[in-house]
Amino acid sequence: MSVLEIRNLHVSIEGKEILKGLDLTVKSGEVHAIMGPNGTGKSTLSYTIMGHPAYEVTDGEILFNGQNILEMETDERSRLGLFLAFQYPVAIPGVTLANFLRTALNARRKAVNPEDKGMPIPEFRKMLKEKMDMLRMDHAFAGRYLNDGFSGGEKKRAEILQMATLKPEIAVLDETDSGLDIDALRIVSEGVNTLRGKDLGVMVITHYQRILNYIQPDFVHVMLGGRIVESGGPELALSLEEHGYEWVREKYEGEAVNG
Amino acid sequence: MADTPKIVRGVRRSAAAQDFVFTEKDLPAGGPNFLQAFRQNAWTAYQSLPIPTVSEEAWRRTDLKALQPQQFRIPAENAYLDLEPAPAELLRPLTANQHGGQVMLMAGGSHVTLDPEVAAQGVIFTDLRTAQAQHPELLEKVIGKVVRPGEGKFAAMAAALAQNGLLLYVPRGVRVEQPLHSLLWGAGEGLAHFSHLLVHLEEGAAVTYVHEAASPEGSLQAAMHAGIVELYVGPGASLTFVELQSWGENIYNFSHERARVDRDGTLDWVFGAVGSHLTKNFSDLELAGPGSVGKMSGFYFTDHDQHLDHDTQQNHLAPHTTSDLLFKGALLDRSRSVWQGMIYVAPGAAKTDGYQANRNLVLSEHARADSIPGLEILADDVRCTHGATVGRLDEEPVFYLLSRGIPRRMAERLIVEGFFDPIMQRIPFEGVRARFQAAIQKKMQAMGD
Repeated sequence: MSVLEIRNLHVSIEGKEILKGLDLTVKSGEVHAIMGPNGTGKSTLSYTIMGHPAYEVTDGEILFNGQNILEMETDERSRLGLFLAFQYPVAIPGVTLANFLRTALNARRKAVNPEDKGMPIPEFRKMLKEKMDMLRMDHAFAGRYLNDGFSGGEKKRAEILQMATLKPEIAVLDETDSGLDIDALRIVSEGVNTLRGKDLGVMVITHYQRILNYIQPDFVHVMLGGRIVESGGPELALSLEEHGYEWVREKYEGEAVNG
Repeated sequence: MADTPKIVRGVRRSAAAQDFVFTEKDLPAGGPNFLQAFRQNAWTAYQSLPIPTVSEEAWRRTDLKALQPQQFRIPAENAYLDLEPAPAELLRPLTANQHGGQVMLMAGGSHVTLDPEVAAQGVIFTDLRTAQAQHPELLEKVIGKVVRPGEGKFAAMAAALAQNGLLLYVPRGVRVEQPLHSLLWGAGEGLAHFSHLLVHLEEGAAVTYVHEAASPEGSLQAAMHAGIVELYVGPGASLTFVELQSWGENIYNFSHERARVDRDGTLDWVFGAVGSHLTKNFSDLELAGPGSVGKMSGFYFTDHDQHLDHDTQQNHLAPHTTSDLLFKGALLDRSRSVWQGMIYVAPGAAKTDGYQANRNLVLSEHARADSIPGLEILADDVRCTHGATVGRLDEEPVFYLLSRGIPRRMAERLIVEGFFDPIMQRIPFEGVRARFQAAIQKKMQAMGD
C-alpha cells in the first residue's frame, strides 16, 4: 500500500505564494475529490506534486511512502508511482502515442533493471489494444502523434490510457472533466473506475461536482486560498453542488479578513 | 564605462596569398578533345573568379576567411591505397537487400560494380574515366549542360580539376528495379577532393540512386571537397535521388547541384547532412517542362562548430509544375546553419504550385539557425506558399515526457526525433531512415556531455 502525505505545503510561482500550508493524505485504495473555485491553487497542487520547475516549494514537505520527493526529478517521481493526468496535455508532434508509451514503459523497466531489453513489441501491442478497447479508443490512435490534433475528449482518454498503461500507485486527475461532453465524461470515468482498486489512490481535482456522479469519491476536500478548508464525505460535494462555493468563501475569507 | 577607441590596422593580404595553389598542370591529362576543351574553359573561369567573400549575397552568411586555401593538394594517382579505407558499413546497401550497382570514388582511384542484368538493360553506371573511354558521345551530350562551370569558383574548380566522377545513364523506357549506390570516400588530410556526378534519365526511365559522401572521423588537418551534381530527368521519367553528407569534421565542402526536370518528369530528392566542418551547397530544382514535379526533402543536424549553409532554388519555368520543399534542421553546441530558399516562377508558368518550408530546432544557447525564404513570382494564376521557423526546445513537452518517467535526455531525444519525423516519412527506404536515425542518436548522445 502506498501513501502520499502532503504537510504544510507552501508553494510560490514567480514569487507569489499560491499554496499556503496545505495538508492532505491520500492512500492507495482511496478516491479523494479536491474541489474549489478557480484560482485557489488546485493546479498548482498537481504540478507541485509532479515537480514542475516553475513551482517553488518554500515550506512543507511531500512524502511518498515516507520518502521526501521534493528533491526528486519529475521522471523519478513518475517511476516511483505518481501520475498526473494533465488538464491541458501538450502535443508532441512526430512522436506517436504508441512509441511514446513504449518509451515510458521501457524507461520504468530499465530503472528497475538496467539490463532490461524492453517489452517485446507483440506483447506491448496486445496490452495497448486491450487498454484502448477499455477506453473505447480506435486502435488507429496508437499511430497518431501524441495529442497532436486530438479533440478535448481524445486528449483526456489518452491521459487515462497512459494511466492504465503505466499503473501508478497514486494518480492526480487535474480537471479531467473540463471540456468533456457527457459521453466522453462517462467513458473517461468508466476507465478510471475500471482502474480503481486497492492498489490505486486517486485525487480527482475538479471545479464541478459533475464528474463525481461517475467517480464516487471516498473523501471530499474543499480548497480555498491555497489551503484545504473543509473535508468530508461525498455529501460535501452534493452540498457544494446545491449551495455553490459562496458559503465557504463567506466562512473562511470572512474569517481571514476579520481574523 | 567609456569605450576606448580602437585603432585597427588592416592586414592586407595579397590576392595571391588567399587563393588555392592549383595550377594548369593539375588539369587531368588525356581524354577526348571535348573533355579537354571543357576542362580548359572551366579552368579559365576558375582563374577569373576570386574566392567568394561575405560581400556576395549568396555567401553573406558563410565566411571563408579561415579556409587557408594554400593548404590543399590534389591527391596523387592511387593515393587511396595508402589512406584509410572506407568502412564496410558504408558499402552496405541502404535501400534493399542488394543494390544493382555500386561506384566507389576515392582519392586517386575508383571501383565499379554493376549487376549484369542492369547493364543488359543498357544502363550505364560507371566512373567518369570509364565513361570518357567507353561512352564519349554520351558524356559530351550531358557534361556541363545542367550546371555550368562558370557559375561559381567551386563549380569551375570541380569542373576543371575533377579527375573522376560518375555517370548514370538510363535509356528510354528502362525502369531499374534495384537501387544504385555510390560512395565518395575522402580520406586523407590536406587533400582537395573533387567530384562530378552526372545523372541522365531518358524519356520514361526510372531509377533510385543513393549517393553518400563521407570521410574518416577525427582527422585533425583540414581537407576539402568541391563537387558538381547534374541531374536530368527526361519526359515522363522518374528519379529518386538520396544524398547523404557525412563528411568528417575536417572537411570544407562546396557543391553546386541542379536537377532539370522535363515534361511530366518526377524527381524525389532527399538530402541528409550531418557532417563537414563547413558546407556551402547550392541545390537547384529546375522544372523545365510542363507537368513536371519536384520534391526536395532535407535534413541537417549540426554540432560542435559545424557550419552548414544550404541554398535552394525552386525554378518553375513551365506551366503546371509542382515543387514541394521541406528542410528541417536541429543544432547543438556552437554550430550554425543557414537555409536560404527561393521559389521562382517564370513569366507564363501559370498553374504552378510551389511550396517551401524550413523548420529549425535550436538545442543550444550558442547555436544559431538562419532561415531565409523567398518568392519571386512573375506569372499569374499560381499558388506559392512558404514558411520558415526557428525555435527552441520547449520546457512543457519535456515536462510532459518527464512526468511519464522518461529521463530528460531520452525525452529530449524523443522530441528531436519527433521533430524530424515528417522528413523521415518522406524517405522511401527503411535503410536510409535507419542511417539518419542513427546519426540523430549519435549527435543526441553527445548532447550535454
